[in-house]
Amino acid sequence: MRSTDGAAPDQHTGRWHTTAGRFRVASLWLGVAGLLAFLVADLEIITGTPGTEMGRIANGFLSPDFAATEFIWQALANTLAFALQGVALGITAGFVLAVFWHYRLVRAGSAIIRAVHELFWGLIFLQLTGLSPLTGVLAIAIPYAGIFAKVFGEFLEESDQRPAAALPHGSGRLTTFFYARLPLIMGPLRTYGAYRLECGLRASAILGFIGLPTLGFHLETAFRQGDYSAGAAVLYVFFLLIGTLRFWLHRRLVLVYLGAALWWAPPLSTAPEGTLRRFFTSDIVPSPLKGDGTLTDLWLWFARLMTEQGLPGLWHTLVLSTAALLATAVLALLLFPLVSPQFGNRFSRGAGHLFLMIMRTTPEFLLAFILLLLLGPSMLPGIIALALHTGAIVAYLTGRFTLYLPARADRPRGLQGYAWDTLPRIYPNVLALLLYRWEIIMRETAILGILGITTLGYYVDAAFAEFRFDRALVLIGLAVALNLLVDGLSRKLRQHLRLSINSGQFAREPMS
Amino acid sequence: MILRLTALLLAVSLAMAAPQSALADTFVFTAIPDQDESRLMTRFGKVADYLSEELGVEVRYIPVKSYAAAVTAFRNNEVQMAWFGGFSGVQAQRLVPGSRAIAQGVEDPAFLSYLIVNASTGIEPGDAFPMALQGKRFTFGSRSSTSGRLMPEYFMRQATGQSPQQFFSRVGFSGDHNATIALVQSGAWDAGVVNYKVWDQAVREGLVDENRVRKVWTTPPYPDYHWVIRGDVEARFGEGFIDTVQAVLIGIEDEDILASFPRKGFIPASNDDYAPIVNTARELDLLD
Repeated sequence: MRSTDGAAPDQHTGRWHTTAGRFRVASLWLGVAGLLAFLVADLEIITGTPGTEMGRIANGFLSPDFAATEFIWQALANTLAFALQGVALGITAGFVLAVFWHYRLVRAGSAIIRAVHELFWGLIFLQLTGLSPLTGVLAIAIPYAGIFAKVFGEFLEESDQRPAAALPHGSGRLTTFFYARLPLIMGPLRTYGAYRLECGLRASAILGFIGLPTLGFHLETAFRQGDYSAGAAVLYVFFLLIGTLRFWLHRRLVLVYLGAALWWAPPLSTAPEGTLRRFFTSDIVPSPLKGDGTLTDLWLWFARLMTEQGLPGLWHTLVLSTAALLATAVLALLLFPLVSPQFGNRFSRGAGHLFLMIMRTTPEFLLAFILLLLLGPSMLPGIIALALHTGAIVAYLTGRFTLYLPARADRPRGLQGYAWDTLPRIYPNVLALLLYRWEIIMRETAILGILGITTLGYYVDAAFAEFRFDRALVLIGLAVALNLLVDGLSRKLRQHLRLSINSGQFAREPMS
Repeated sequence: MILRLTALLLAVSLAMAAPQSALADTFVFTAIPDQDESRLMTRFGKVADYLSEELGVEVRYIPVKSYAAAVTAFRNNEVQMAWFGGFSGVQAQRLVPGSRAIAQGVEDPAFLSYLIVNASTGIEPGDAFPMALQGKRFTFGSRSSTSGRLMPEYFMRQATGQSPQQFFSRVGFSGDHNATIALVQSGAWDAGVVNYKVWDQAVREGLVDENRVRKVWTTPPYPDYHWVIRGDVEARFGEGFIDTVQAVLIGIEDEDILASFPRKGFIPASNDDYAPIVNTARELDLLD
């Protein structure tokens, strides 16, 4: 039905414009942009003997050494503690923000704080609160508050307004909220909270890459030193943590876990007082303004920063993420039959599920890190990592969606069925998911710079290493602007393509 | 549930906000993770025990992930002393007014870096920088490394008249010296620069396949690693504490402990010794 919605003959040409036609145009542009990105992207393989290294990594995964990493269980506890506290604080703050969702300022503020990646927040808070649990907690809580605010805000907007209208005239806003609004959205909130905890665990682990004592700390050390048995063991512990989530995460136990997390890693700062003031009054003040620089000096400083770092960083981020988006689309379309009941048998689907689960559980940052060891610091490992991770998510959700397709008895089988029946039916959903994921791909692309690929994160990391926080903040600002732009563009496109917000339930659906 | 959760969170964070005085009298130090990170705890745990015994206060070592993290921890007083490289030490001295360079290795006033190449480049050792490397792939160590980036870059700019980005087809940062050796040996990069101490140690321990990677050029000498201590430690550990720490460091004779650095021994240092590093860093636009 959807494809004929809004069809009307063009006044001048007499041709029909259909939503399906818009899908074709949008897909064409996506494809063209992606191919152009692949043409200009730096895809060189910078490695001597990848075969040997691959063999060593495979060997490491077959013989994990759990005793090699000192403090692996402490790191696991830290990973859990930071994630639990960060997500709890994020929910609380996001909840408060959502109550005021009708204010433009709150919406804009939430958009900005969630556009800054957890790792960028981590780098900032390392300066303010030191190598402390508080840094880990805030690096997760702040962007998550922005994400929760948006999701809760939209849940509230979409929820049934009638109970609120039925309350006696003159009921206070708080009363209305707690009695007539909140109960309606509690169910989806819980599901979404559980999904976010999984994301929080991934973020917490990854924060180890910038020095916090979580699993990522040891993972980075082991893999970079070439001790793949030790690295594999840490990775297995991480998979175990995520994979068993649904067995231990019960609603009634959440408070117990949170209490334990607060006991294990009290969210305290280890930095002295005054770091906050120092940060705002001195650290981030553009260096020409610290001396007796003029506005011209400031402009020269800014122009130089932009031409040497900002613009190259933006360009590389754009190229890498556009190429990754196309690769994600292709991979998702190829992979979803693995888990679709319309294809294969029970065993092939079981294997498919396992493969997709591993790919979507492994953070793209981590995949990129391992691929970088194999392929060297070009854009190639970044593109592959983003496409594998996001492609697996989109394929999984698409595969599940095929469950609800009409099961016609005369439907063709195999390749014929894929091309003439399944694909046309699920294509709008694939497109919607890709547009939802676009922003996330962009956000992750920027951060890959920390690993040595020259996206924005590369220059942000350099600015932090040189203790030039004024530069770092401008560069992070660029990443935020790019993200807001993509977010807005994706929303416009979804409206244009009539991919309604309801299809968003697929994007929000818990990943395991 | 969310309300209860909020209440609990608030209550607990208030309870936890009590001052953290328990750790106040532990003297904490760190070291830049310049090689083999998985052995840092073993390397510096011994040093902590030794210092603790000699100084009569509790001494703890904390590992950090990067050079910048070491400097940040020093700046935020999370560590009171650190074993820095030339450049990170200078960064630390500038960020913490009153901090002092107190000791350096016997080798550090005249430190060296080696240029190493993969055998496939066919470049042979020589006295001059091998210009045949033009257009090859080249890796530094850590961004903030003195022997793995700053000084070699400076000398290479002098030799080639170009920035590394112009001279080479691709420039990377491996992260640390051992990684540089491994990556040049595997051929992932055609060439790289390393701290001469780490190279010599790797050769001694048989970690280097000299048929596949070899050193071809040595930089002129420059000042490098040193211990920097915060000026405000005397308020906590008593008048004269800095001098005591300096004397203890210089007095280290235990071969096993010295091997952790690795140095033959320690000698006094002062902030002024690192003026050449400051000037070079300014020229390379790494310091304002």
